[in-house]
Amino acid sequence: MDAAIAKPPRSAVTGAVGIGVAVGVYGISFGVLAVASGLSPAQACVMSMLVFTGASQFAFVGVLAGGGGALAAMGPAVMLAVRNAAYGLSLTSILPARLRDRALAAHLVIDETTAMARAQADPGAARRAFLATGMSVWVFWNAGTLAGALLGGGIGDPKTLGLDAMFPAAFLALLAPQLRRPGAPVAAVTAVIIALALVPIAPAGVPIIAALAGVVPGVLTAKGVRG
Amino acid sequence: MTWTALLALSAVSYALKASGPVLAGGRRLGPQVRQTLDLVAVPLLAALILVQTVGDGHRLVLDARGPALAVAAILVWRRAPFLVVVLAAAGTAALLRAVA
Repeated sequence: MDAAIAKPPRSAVTGAVGIGVAVGVYGISFGVLAVASGLSPAQACVMSMLVFTGASQFAFVGVLAGGGGALAAMGPAVMLAVRNAAYGLSLTSILPARLRDRALAAHLVIDETTAMARAQADPGAARRAFLATGMSVWVFWNAGTLAGALLGGGIGDPKTLGLDAMFPAAFLALLAPQLRRPGAPVAAVTAVIIALALVPIAPAGVPIIAALAGVVPGVLTAKGVRG
Repeated sequence: MTWTALLALSAVSYALKASGPVLAGGRRLGPQVRQTLDLVAVPLLAALILVQTVGDGHRLVLDARGPALAVAAILVWRRAPFLVVVLAAAGTAALLRAVA
């Protein structure tokens, strides 16, 4: 479909397990934080199973931990989840065709699965990568949450282990092959500038959604290249 | 209250994820639309990388995550395996924080 995209850097399964492990470790720290913020272990686990979008979950328990109410915690959590709508739209062509399968697969639409699917060369590989990554991440994320919620404060600060640095690195590895698409570098640079400008002033989640506007100059340059 | 908020967040989160795929259904999308959608993940990921590297609430900070991302970038460029990239980034950040 897209000859401009090189071979994926690894097989879908290795990639899926790799990112699953990283997510699982982070799931442990989510479980710890959730319980520390006042959620019960059952609430933490149900949240990871049903909400299943890490950034929103961290935002939710972060507000609770800061003394905010559950209603106040909803705002940033929802803002951070809005980008999944854009991901879902971009994945429409590779998701299963049957409505029931499609509705199930939609639950797996998150940063990691989108990035992994988008890094593949053809739609078949993209669908396999999406499903493999989605299932792996779901299992590891929930196992991690459970372990963290039960461990409670027994584990140290995740930052000491450098866990917070894993995600930008993972997303960079997944973004890199996509930068060969026409217009992609322009879209990425525009997005970085928008996000840089908005982080200091906009609520959490908004800079990432606003960066979506980077698609416009991206598409325009891609057109210019083709003449 | 917390359970209600939690279930409401689950419903909203799912509705957002499913809106595109379920509404668009099996509809064939034109090449123009497809090309635009192909590009959608790029700016979102780029912004995510930025926010997760230098974001700290509303502040922009340069801490151990910056050098960790630089190490990751070199490894990505050298086509290192995915897990190596991620673990090297964590190791770099952990090491810098241990000596700092």
